[in-house]
Amino acid sequence: MDSINITGARILFEIPVTDSFVIKITQAQVNSWIVILFLFILCKVLTRNLKVKPESKRQLIAEFIVEKATNLVNENMGQKFIGFTPFITALMALSACSSLLSVFGMYSPTADLNTILGWSIIVFILITYYKMKGGFFKYLKGFTQPIAVLTPFNIISEIATPVSMTFRHFGNICSGSVIMTLVYAALASASALVFGWLPGALAKFPFFQVGIPLVLSAYFDMFGGILQAFIFAMLTMLYISSAAEED
Amino acid sequence: MLERAIILAASAIGAGLAMIAGIGPGIGEGYAVGKACEAIGRQPECKGTVTSTMLLGCAVAETTGIYGFVVALLLLFVTPNMFLGKL
Repeated sequence: MDSINITGARILFEIPVTDSFVIKITQAQVNSWIVILFLFILCKVLTRNLKVKPESKRQLIAEFIVEKATNLVNENMGQKFIGFTPFITALMALSACSSLLSVFGMYSPTADLNTILGWSIIVFILITYYKMKGGFFKYLKGFTQPIAVLTPFNIISEIATPVSMTFRHFGNICSGSVIMTLVYAALASASALVFGWLPGALAKFPFFQVGIPLVLSAYFDMFGGILQAFIFAMLTMLYISSAAEED
Repeated sequence: MLERAIILAASAIGAGLAMIAGIGPGIGEGYAVGKACEAIGRQPECKGTVTSTMLLGCAVAETTGIYGFVVALLLLFVTPNMFLGKL
């Protein structure tokens, strides 16, 4: 019986810049490059020779996606922020496809804290930009509302926004992968216990691992991943539009 | 050897205790979903809006549980190595 092995993203190779500074390329990075490449090719294929009157199924799918995304942004942020549609759609597609990678048994980049921290920092910069748009001093003064004593708490809650967004997405995907690893290990030892009397290689074959994890995988990998992508995009939209409304 | 055992045992117990945080979001989300079901029962035409609002609220409510999970992960994978290195 092999031991249960729960690890983070493995370092695949290193790029030495100087003696002390080495850029480490992890599984998460390589897999997110794969996702980016996949999405790029998908966009290229879907938007190839577009016609005014859609003839191909490809164009219909592309138009459906664009229409749905525009409607979602319009509903949640208003007509003023319709320019955010590509950004929100890109975030959602990247997050959903990254989480779905674990269906194919690859390390999903969203199970790494750093990937999502990057996205959250982008969102945090956007929020701060829209809050500062009404004037820098007005932004600073906003921290002393409603009374000056609350300033530390306001600063903490400001920082807590990207931190909680990061941990929410990371925690959901990561807990799914931890539970899946534990379930696989449990099923392997259970089938070793039940089918251990079989001759030869059959005794080592984990019969219970066939089919049973499918239900959990459908929940943790597919439902959880897509739901978290939706929630991340939704929170991004809400935070940005509420930051802009304040001025 | 004894120190090693104490550190590992304490981290494991701490991780288990940290996951008690899962109770709160469980109760909260159950309450939210129950209320959403009531709302859909009263106004079935609002199903889409109610469902997406409920999912968003559930995601925000489960933040504390996720914090507990992150603390448990840190206790399991980071703290033992940190202290065992010093022994």
